Amino acid sequence: MRVEPTPYKRVTGLGSAHHGVGHYIKQRVTAIAMLVLIPLFLFQFLASLTTGYDGVMAWLGSPFGLAVTFLNVSVMVVHMRLGFQTVIEDYIGGMARKIALLLNGFFALALWLIALYALIKISFGG
Amino acid sequence: MVQLTLPKNSTVSKGRHWPAPEGADPANVRTFRVYRYDPDSGENPRWDTYDLDTSEFGPMALHAVIYIKDNVDATLTFRRSCREGVCGSCSMNIDGRNTIACTKPLDEIKSKVVTISPLPHMAVVKDLVPDLNNFYAQHAAMQPYLKTTTPAPDKEWKQAIEDREKLDGLYECILCASCSTACPSYWWNGDRYLGPAALLQAYRWLIDSRDEATGERLDALEDPFRLYRCHTIMNCTQVCPKGLNPAKAIGEIKKMLVERAV
Repeated sequence: MRVEPTPYKRVTGLGSAHHGVGHYIKQRVTAIAMLVLIPLFLFQFLASLTTGYDGVMAWLGSPFGLAVTFLNVSVMVVHMRLGFQTVIEDYIGGMARKIALLLNGFFALALWLIALYALIKISFGG
Repeated sequence: MVQLTLPKNSTVSKGRHWPAPEGADPANVRTFRVYRYDPDSGENPRWDTYDLDTSEFGPMALHAVIYIKDNVDATLTFRRSCREGVCGSCSMNIDGRNTIACTKPLDEIKSKVVTISPLPHMAVVKDLVPDLNNFYAQHAAMQPYLKTTTPAPDKEWKQAIEDREKLDGLYECILCASCSTACPSYWWNGDRYLGPAALLQAYRWLIDSRDEATGERLDALEDPFRLYRCHTIMNCTQVCPKGLNPAKAIGEIKKMLVERAV
C-alpha cells in the first residue's frame, strides 16, 4: 500500500540546510569588487595596448598590472561560479543538478588555473 | 525543476462555445474564455467560451464567473466566499495576471476576450480550483503565531505603537496564493522554495517585537532553496491584489541573515 506523505511532511522535508547566506554575501562582495576592478583593468590594459606587444607584456609583468589582472580573473571566476550555481539550482533537478554543480566547480577551478598559469608565464618572461 | 512544455494530459484543447442569449444588445456582449478541466472525465482540459451580456451582472470578474455558474453552465467549478477581497478564495489568473476575481473590475481588462484560468503551475483539482495543500503547509511551516520563552505576563504582551506599525503591510495578507503562483522560482522549485506568501508571513513574525524565536525562525529559513531561490523577479509584488510587497519582505529576511553573519 502506498500512502502519500502529508503536505507538511513534504514541505518541511529534511529541514533547513543552514547555509546560503555565505553564497549571498560572496556574490554581492564580488559584484562590488568587479565594479572597481573591471574599469581599472580595462583602463590600464587598453592604455598598454598603444605601446605594442612588448608594452603589454611589460605592463602584465609589472607588480601593479599583474595584481590587477590576477585579482580581476580571480574575482570573476568566483562570481561566475556562484552565478552558474544559481542558474543550475533554478533550472536543473535531481541527479543532473548534483553533477552539474560538480562540473561547475571543476570548470571554474580549471579556468582559474589556466589564467594563473598564463600570468605566471608572462610575468616570469616565459 | 524547470518545465517549459505542458505534460500530454494537460495540453488544452478547444472546448464548447456558449452563444450570447437572444435579444442581448451586441454592445454589451463580451466573450469569456474559461479553462475547464474535469479529472473524472479522463479528458484533457479545454477552453470553453461564453458570450455573456455584461449588463446582466455586476462589474467584477467574479460576478461574471458566478453568472456563468448560475445561468449558463452549472458545471463550472471555482472557489469564492466573501466577494470583498478579505478571504482570498477566488484567486485565479484573469487576463494573464493572478488576482482575486472579486476585486478585479472587468472594465480594467483591455483585451476583447476575457481569459480566466486557474493559478498557474499548480495541480488542478477541477476547472478553476488549484490544489493549494502544499501552499498552506508552507505557511504552517512558518509557525505563524507568537513564540515566547518568557512566561506569559498577567495581562497582554506589550508592544510599542511604532513596533506595531512595523507589521503594517505584512499582516494584511489573505493567503490567496496569487504571489507564490506568479513566481517562476516557485514554479520550478515549489516543492522546496517557500514562495513569497510564506516568506512574507515568516518576516511578519521575524520583526514582531514580542516574538522571542527570531533566531530559531532565521535558522529554519537559511537554506539555498527555502529562501535563496528568490531572485527579486518581483512578480509577487506586481500581482498582489492587496498591494503588499513580498519581495521587500524577502529582501529584509536576507538582510537579517547577513546581519547575524557579519
